[in-house]
Amino acid sequence: MGEFKVHRVRFFDYMPSGIRALAFNQDTERMAVARMDGSVEVFHCSDRFFQEKIIPGREQFGIEGLSWVGERLFSAGLNGGITEYDLTNQKVKYTIDAYGGPIWTIAGNQQGTHLAVGCEDGTVKLFEVNEDNIQFERNLDRQKSRIVSLSWHPSGSKIAAGMMDMIQVFNVETGHSMHRMLADRGVGTSRSKECVVWSVVYLSDGTIITGDSVGMVKLWDDQTGTLIKSHNVTKCDVLALSVSQNEDSLVAGTSEGIVVQFQFVSMVLGKDDKEWVRTRTFRNHTHDIRAVAEITTAVVSGGMDAQLVVRPLLDKIEERSAASALRKIHFPHRRLVACARKSGLMLFQYPGHLELWRLGESEGKGIPGSSLFVKRNPEKLLHLKVKGEDHIRCSAVSPCGEWIVYSTASTLRLYRLHCDNNNISITKISKLPKVLSSANQLCFSSDSSHLFSASAQSSVHLVSISQSGCKFVGTLKPKSGSHQAIHLLAASEDGKWVASANSDHEVHIYNLQTRKAHCTVPIYSSAVTAMGIHPATNCLFMMHADQQMFEYSIEQKQYTDWSRTVQRKGLHRLWVERDTPCLNVMFNPQNPSHVILHDMYMLCIIDQSLPLPDDKTQFYNQLTLKSLTEEQRKSHSHAFKVCKTFKDILCVELMPDQSLVVVERPLEDIATQLPAPIKQKKFAT
Amino acid sequence: MLYIYIYIYIYNIVRCGGSKVNLRPPIISTDSRFLLCASGDLVKVYSTRTEEWLHSLQGHTNQVTGIALNPANHLQVYSCSVDGTVKLWDFIDGILIKTFIIGYPLFAIYVSEKHEGVLFLHVSMATDSKNECFQLVAVHLPKSAEQEVEAKEMSVVSSHISSNPSCTAFGRGGEYIAFARHLQLNVYFFRKQKTCSFSLKATDKKGAKNAFTCIACHPTDDCIATGHEDGKIRLWRNFIHKKEYTYSTQHWHHNAVNTLCFTPEGTHLLSGGIESVLVQWQYGAGNRKEFLPRLGGSILHISVSSDGQLFCTSHSDNKITVIESSFKVCGVIQGLVKGDGVLTDLMIDPRSKALVLNGKPGHLQFYSLLRDKHLYNLDIVQQEYIYEAGLDQFEVVKAAFDIKGSWLATVEERGQKSSDLEFFLKLWAFDERTQSFVLNTTITAAHTDRIISMCFSSSKETTMLVTIAEDGQFKAWCQGADADTQQDQNFWSCDFVGSYHNLKPTNCSFSADSSLLAVSFQEVITIWSPETWEMLTTLCQPPGVIRDLCFGRLSCSKYLLGTTTRNLLCCWNLLTCALEWSSSVEVSKLQPDPLSENVAAFSYQSKHTDVFVFKPSEPRPLFTNKNVCSEKVHRAVFVPREEPLNNCDESSQWLNRSQLYFLTQNMDLLTFSTATEEDRILSSSKQLVIDDSVAVTPFYLLLGKHGQQQQKLNTQSHPAADKPQQPQGSVTIKELLHTPAHVLPAASVLCSMFVNSLLISNTGVQQDPLREEMDSEKEEEDSEEEMEACDSQQELRVQGSVDEVTLKLSKAQERELKRVRKTDFSWMAGLIDSKP
Repeated sequence: MGEFKVHRVRFFDYMPSGIRALAFNQDTERMAVARMDGSVEVFHCSDRFFQEKIIPGREQFGIEGLSWVGERLFSAGLNGGITEYDLTNQKVKYTIDAYGGPIWTIAGNQQGTHLAVGCEDGTVKLFEVNEDNIQFERNLDRQKSRIVSLSWHPSGSKIAAGMMDMIQVFNVETGHSMHRMLADRGVGTSRSKECVVWSVVYLSDGTIITGDSVGMVKLWDDQTGTLIKSHNVTKCDVLALSVSQNEDSLVAGTSEGIVVQFQFVSMVLGKDDKEWVRTRTFRNHTHDIRAVAEITTAVVSGGMDAQLVVRPLLDKIEERSAASALRKIHFPHRRLVACARKSGLMLFQYPGHLELWRLGESEGKGIPGSSLFVKRNPEKLLHLKVKGEDHIRCSAVSPCGEWIVYSTASTLRLYRLHCDNNNISITKISKLPKVLSSANQLCFSSDSSHLFSASAQSSVHLVSISQSGCKFVGTLKPKSGSHQAIHLLAASEDGKWVASANSDHEVHIYNLQTRKAHCTVPIYSSAVTAMGIHPATNCLFMMHADQQMFEYSIEQKQYTDWSRTVQRKGLHRLWVERDTPCLNVMFNPQNPSHVILHDMYMLCIIDQSLPLPDDKTQFYNQLTLKSLTEEQRKSHSHAFKVCKTFKDILCVELMPDQSLVVVERPLEDIATQLPAPIKQKKFAT
Repeated sequence: MLYIYIYIYIYNIVRCGGSKVNLRPPIISTDSRFLLCASGDLVKVYSTRTEEWLHSLQGHTNQVTGIALNPANHLQVYSCSVDGTVKLWDFIDGILIKTFIIGYPLFAIYVSEKHEGVLFLHVSMATDSKNECFQLVAVHLPKSAEQEVEAKEMSVVSSHISSNPSCTAFGRGGEYIAFARHLQLNVYFFRKQKTCSFSLKATDKKGAKNAFTCIACHPTDDCIATGHEDGKIRLWRNFIHKKEYTYSTQHWHHNAVNTLCFTPEGTHLLSGGIESVLVQWQYGAGNRKEFLPRLGGSILHISVSSDGQLFCTSHSDNKITVIESSFKVCGVIQGLVKGDGVLTDLMIDPRSKALVLNGKPGHLQFYSLLRDKHLYNLDIVQQEYIYEAGLDQFEVVKAAFDIKGSWLATVEERGQKSSDLEFFLKLWAFDERTQSFVLNTTITAAHTDRIISMCFSSSKETTMLVTIAEDGQFKAWCQGADADTQQDQNFWSCDFVGSYHNLKPTNCSFSADSSLLAVSFQEVITIWSPETWEMLTTLCQPPGVIRDLCFGRLSCSKYLLGTTTRNLLCCWNLLTCALEWSSSVEVSKLQPDPLSENVAAFSYQSKHTDVFVFKPSEPRPLFTNKNVCSEKVHRAVFVPREEPLNNCDESSQWLNRSQLYFLTQNMDLLTFSTATEEDRILSSSKQLVIDDSVAVTPFYLLLGKHGQQQQKLNTQSHPAADKPQQPQGSVTIKELLHTPAHVLPAASVLCSMFVNSLLISNTGVQQDPLREEMDSEKEEEDSEEEMEACDSQQELRVQGSVDEVTLKLSKAQERELKRVRKTDFSWMAGLIDSKP
């Protein structure tokens, strides 16, 4: 497997942002996630929950609710505006003000004709959804207190609204209130505190289910406006509710971090009189659960602890497989770290700023597994704050370490770094070509002479950069295909080729000499999570979300023999069952048959010269190999060499001096920076 | 889990009460008046209100392993037994109605209203008894008028079920039956004849143990509650689907849930475990629950009366608690507590003649052998016992009474397993006023190491306690020798410390007249004079450490007996200080009879225990009984009889003055009984069949009760009588009541007749019934002891026998007269006793 000197980097203080809202689109199987920092992410539920799209947030842009209307995604927040997103280009399409003060909730009806928002001033505002915008239609009867939660009856004729201390049912036609149901306050000291109806769900049979700050899940009848049943779920708040598509299961998320499932089961088997019964309890969170969603085969929950948990419902799953395992998504499926390989600089991308660090140096040689003496400590060179309110979408540092570029939704900035001895200074390159107004993905060529900027319509702009300035060279456009935004770029070492991958799973390869599209890799059903072009053979190595790997020879425009062998023989079961995508593909120049991959939990070197493991062979065979003699090792070793020494990996990069940079962000460190969870009594403590 | 008793019946070894009442869940009759529980090979019927043992259903020849009310007739009960029969009883009258012979050992019984004429039984397949192969079979009861029927029509429901009978339960209306085994829950639907099974993972990540421990089904909903090893309770629903089944989990118990039970309406679920807390969960309301803590031993079973008004829990300390639905304990039925082991010797309290041994943790229990009733517990440790596995807590390990029963010495210790041993020697004085033992002296460091044995001197004048310990010393303790304490209170203090060549003492014994003390040090026996504390002599021994020591009694008091670890029983003559005889036999327990010269020796050889009874003066045993039981016997006691028998039979003469009780390793209390005694027990039990079928009317309350009482008195005072005597006074009333109303004379005429019938009794000596009733009421207010004195037939007999032992009246009439006199006398005695 080879020996590497490893820079174990733990000074990237990345803090994922808490999850505020979830919205599931049944038709496209996409899960939209809104975070506290205003960013919206779209996960593909049937593609191993790969994070397809990220729309970065803005300062002071808190999202309170998310709603799909057809394939369009809307959000509303405390700034009082309703925002529609352009999912193709992964940016905000427009924001209109609802003129009702902060908006607490947004809900679209199933017919896709209207959006309802609940405002601070006590109004429920109806918006008509038009072809390319939304238009205010009217207000429903104004109430005294703020509207905290909303739910449409599936027929679209009634709306239930959760408020302070009560629930109102509105007739959409007339706009008048039909019923007013009072939610009980808690007993004892909490008597004086008002009861907030945090979440409401309106079922097609006329049952209204509410979750409130007293910790109750209550079932109401909308015909009579009476309470049918109440379940005491927790001592604290029930913050989120979600009902399954066929309305036989309900999940409730609480501020204790537990998700409680209720099921609509018949009390006497074979008869139709069904009741909502509390069944399972899932404990995967440490903090408040702000949003839950029940999708076809799983319960998805997210909250203050910033992890998205996908808990499969085994009774809904046909057969158990890797796709149906418990999944916790902590980090974005994008690279937040860029590395200037030749100069040993690291660029860390935070939502609002960039940090540039110089790696430390060590002395001497140690035995494998030991730590070396650090001669020079790593050094923070630069702290670059973003101009404006938008958060950074992508950033890059050139391999020589001279150029830094980042892009937000509105601007792109290129900086030149001057580094003489200990004085660091940067100059902003003004007069950028017009095409560089914004980018979805950025990448430098290996000789740092060109910048690739992925922009709208799946096109890649080619800009040459030099000391004198910056010059637009040309635009690389695919011959055909979709206009989805590009999320990955890979340039070849020899400067001949560049490859782009977009969220429709298309991979285009461009010839930089002709500046024309060279070819398109056959489209695979799963998204590309990482790719790289081999420096020697110019083969494009691609990793997909379902853990499959392909090697495509650019020159021959076909899959390589090795790739075909992999596909024919299949990958090892343990490899396919891993639940985080590979985020980087690297090549070892000293050993051309080695491909280095990493995901959140491990680092793997694939030796293409060795035989592939089949399901019978031991996959994690490092320890076994150690105990064998040199002769035996040959017969036992296989292509996959996995190193699990490092955990919670954000990035791994191979430096030219054969050292590895491993950027870790231990989850325990994240947990310590979170606010304290609700104190719970634990047995025997 | 399951205890299987196998008794080898040799003509006169009987198990003498004290059997488990907690083996199977008790049943409350439909009218909530009776509580039935399986106990040994009997089914005992108790009153739920008074907790009194009314009678027992006798007929099985082996352990009763299950009882169930007949769903077709709520006055009948089915019982199944290891002897392979199911018996149907009328439990109010105690009449055996039918016997169904199944032919296999049975371990549990389940019935359901829906399946009339079908019993569901746990059967152990005889061929596979080692592998614990239990089957659930449905037995169709043949409809035949005969008393004994062979039930052959059987069908197997499941061939692999758990040996724990609480892992099987009928579902809603008998539609299905649920049974669990290890990690699998099976539900068999009778209509579809299909089994659905659901399994849990062996352990989940947190190391929880998921094995099923018990099951209960909701009476009206399709919901199965299961208890688990780790204390979780799961409520299963929708189990008709293989996949879409669902369950919710509730967790309060910190250890295995032993039992679950739904109330008849299904509004509550009751659960119990080792915590000895009865938990009542509100069905359908998640976590809302109520607790009833500190019930005693860990809860093994819970059952609920059919109207839901009474719960009863059986506990590991052989106790049944009756609890009202308002969560108030209203009655306790306590059997002989048999913990994990009896550490103290079996003893007889000289005052109450009760058997004394370890009871519930930290207590000594006093148990009346004659009435098979637990009398009371004496708290020795006086600390709260924590019901949790693995805690090292104080246990009473030694106890001894002095000859008059006015002093009790106890040793409690903690830390047997670990190195830091803690122990206390306590001395208790009998307080006449409170009629109980009161702590007199606590000695914290009586010895530097564990106390091995202790005994009181048997002289009547001075009381002395000798303790021997592993530190190589024996100490004599005397009362009030301490000059520093000026008060009258007599505390105990050390009088003498003796040792012998630093050898470890093994046993000690006082001679019958307390003139000699024998202390054995390993292989040497030293004889001391307690008067002067002078070592008189040593008796050396052929190889082997002395295990047991005892002096002969009465005419054999010159002999000293000892047993060694090298299978030798030796007898020394103290006059010659020479070995009289010795015999090579492995004796596990040597027990002298305090009232005769006899000594009983229990010998354990080739996996069974033999009993020899002999006199030290003659090496030929008086009585030998091979193969008494299959376990080792370490505890035995001679219980003096209240009334000596005059048996002429050579082999049973030794039982005339006292009775030998012994405890096997399986904690069965066994005894030898003579043939005549057995007859008597049988006849008395027949008489206990009381005509209780009279409806409860005001008349019944007025007269019936009285009549019953009188009847009881009759049977008590006249054990050999063939028929219960009708109460004389009530004949007229019966006549009156049986006459149709329209032919009755006017009420005014009847009134005087009625009153007369109450006042005048036919026999002159018979007390008038009203006064008797008054007396009895008065007596109930008296102390417990006196009540016992009045109720117990044996007590009556001994008092009667004081003056009339030699009467040779054998004719029935004369005996009647005797009985009447005895009755009178006992009442008077009771009254006189209660006066001061």
